[in-house]
Amino acid sequence: MSASILDVEGLSISFGGPARRKQVVTDVSFKVERGEALGIVGESGSGKTLTMLSLLRLLPRGADARAVRASFDGRDLFSLTPAALHNVRGREIAVVFQDPLTALNPVLTIGRQITEVLRLHFRSSATDARRRAVELLTSVGIPDPPLRLRQYPHEFSGGMRQRVTIAMALAGEPRLLIADEPTTALDVTVQADIVTLIQRLQREKGLTVIWVTHDLALLARIADRVLVMYAGRVVEDAPAGKLFAAPKHPYARTLLGSIRQDAPKRNRAASSIPLTAADAGAAGCPFAPRCAEAREQCRNVSPVLKVYGGDTRAACWALDDGSTRGPGS
Amino acid sequence: MSTATALLTARGITVTYHRRRLLPLRERERPVQALRSVDLDILSGETLALVGESGSGKSTLARVLVRTISPSSGTVAFRGSDITSIGGSPLRTLRRHFQMVFQDPFSSLNPRLSVGSAIAEPLIVHGLARGPALRERVGECLKMVGLDSSVATRRPHEFSGGQRQRICIARAIACQPDFIVADEALSALDTSLQGQIIDLFQDLKERFALTYLFISHDLSVVRQISDRVAVMYLGQVVELAPTAELYASPKHPYTQALLAAVPVPDPVLERARVYTPLRGEPPSPANPPSGCPFHTRCPRAIERCRSEPPALRETAPGRLVACHLAD
Repeated sequence: MSASILDVEGLSISFGGPARRKQVVTDVSFKVERGEALGIVGESGSGKTLTMLSLLRLLPRGADARAVRASFDGRDLFSLTPAALHNVRGREIAVVFQDPLTALNPVLTIGRQITEVLRLHFRSSATDARRRAVELLTSVGIPDPPLRLRQYPHEFSGGMRQRVTIAMALAGEPRLLIADEPTTALDVTVQADIVTLIQRLQREKGLTVIWVTHDLALLARIADRVLVMYAGRVVEDAPAGKLFAAPKHPYARTLLGSIRQDAPKRNRAASSIPLTAADAGAAGCPFAPRCAEAREQCRNVSPVLKVYGGDTRAACWALDDGSTRGPGS
Repeated sequence: MSTATALLTARGITVTYHRRRLLPLRERERPVQALRSVDLDILSGETLALVGESGSGKSTLARVLVRTISPSSGTVAFRGSDITSIGGSPLRTLRRHFQMVFQDPFSSLNPRLSVGSAIAEPLIVHGLARGPALRERVGECLKMVGLDSSVATRRPHEFSGGQRQRICIARAIACQPDFIVADEALSALDTSLQGQIIDLFQDLKERFALTYLFISHDLSVVRQISDRVAVMYLGQVVELAPTAELYASPKHPYTQALLAAVPVPDPVLERARVYTPLRGEPPSPANPPSGCPFHTRCPRAIERCRSEPPALRETAPGRLVACHLAD
């Protein structure tokens, strides 16, 4: 048995009936090791959030998710009984979402919302739940917890609200925390605070964290491994150091090229890619319409993920014959 | 800064919002000062970026400049003539010269209007074209933003976010404006698409001698597009400098904190960096601190900062800083 806490293989998600089936996630495979921070990067619509939601079986109605394997700590997430699933959600795997305002109920106090989690998962008494809620708010750096517990979400700033949702996520003492764009709605100094907080919790509690984001630069700080998704597929999976030093897939290179700080004024022709929406259902490589190196083969046959150098996977035909340009060219 | 080349000049702009009491709240209501005596020149042909946290007054300032909000006090001049209190038809004529592009291309386009009608609307309002000339102009605008003129008959839902933002830009340039406010116009787009839209903005600027006010909280985007940067905090401009100089040597402690918080796309550098968070929370604009607005969170604050508000002063040619300690 591998030590991976999460092991997903061949995950595909589609929407719609048999007549109008639309494939949104195709054959996604990845592993997360215990205590590791995995970053998943991709643009909106690349399937990163859907992949996460499918693991908790939280996909909207009409979605169909299938996988060869979706194993969390040795258990198959896709065949859990409702009772077992209830125990996994929030208790073993917790999620922090992008917008803390919509993740919190505006008409309930913060205290009520945190104690609800505790009473549900641990059947805590009201007194115990309250004491624990104070501890949780303290651990996420919210000053004056007894006062804050009596307040409503609108009385908190954006950054403080996100701290509250993190406290709620931690209430179930999860082993895996999925952070889905938790800092996208926040200002840059607040983002740095939240990142520091989650990293501290990861160290202290031995949490495994999956960071979902469209901001590749942010992953340089927080991720041990990075999974690059494009049009519902994994196009590259590499240790953070390797991905940032020498990205293999042309899309990963484009993404990195567009955020490089050492090129303040843009070199236009080089870094921009033509505007064509990605189509997950089309034959061939989904990135081919935007790829400067696309050839006939790319347009007809979709490349599969192959292992390069032991710990990197990438899906690109150009990598096979070594004709692809290096990151510096 | 010489006012001779200023396209827009704002002096002493203050905007105060009085909150209407809807429920008998415990706290006594206080007016919110969204802007506190802001002076700003926007030079002809430049791209000026406005950065700062949400609630710092960036959008309010932009709206005052294009006259969609009237300031509580202060004046705005366009090409030297005061536009603070004009109304009616002179204001309508003026509006042709000012355009805005907003953050969310999904809510800033009417889903029921075809793309062509959306772009034609300002042309009709200002009486600039009609009939076949109108159709031709709409087609031209679409081509200028890199879309095919045949898409004019389609509706916004058929386009991706990046394409919709192009449509919004086509609408903004239709009346040949002098000044465009881009209010977080790139924030809803993915990194790789942002690059394309930045290129489009640059290209249009060169072709039509446009002046931009670029509002963003993303400092890496600002660096790519702007000539000068104004940093706002709690309704005031705290630092203004040419882009390269601001990034190379930020003078105001708040600017320094902002730049230090931007992640660097290099795991080795990023992990070696020690990030010192700002203490405390941003103060409420309804209850601003005395003295320097930043003193409650400033790592270098001294006694003087608590009592005496620092003026925005020139520390080097073209560099303005509002800090007692800046040299």
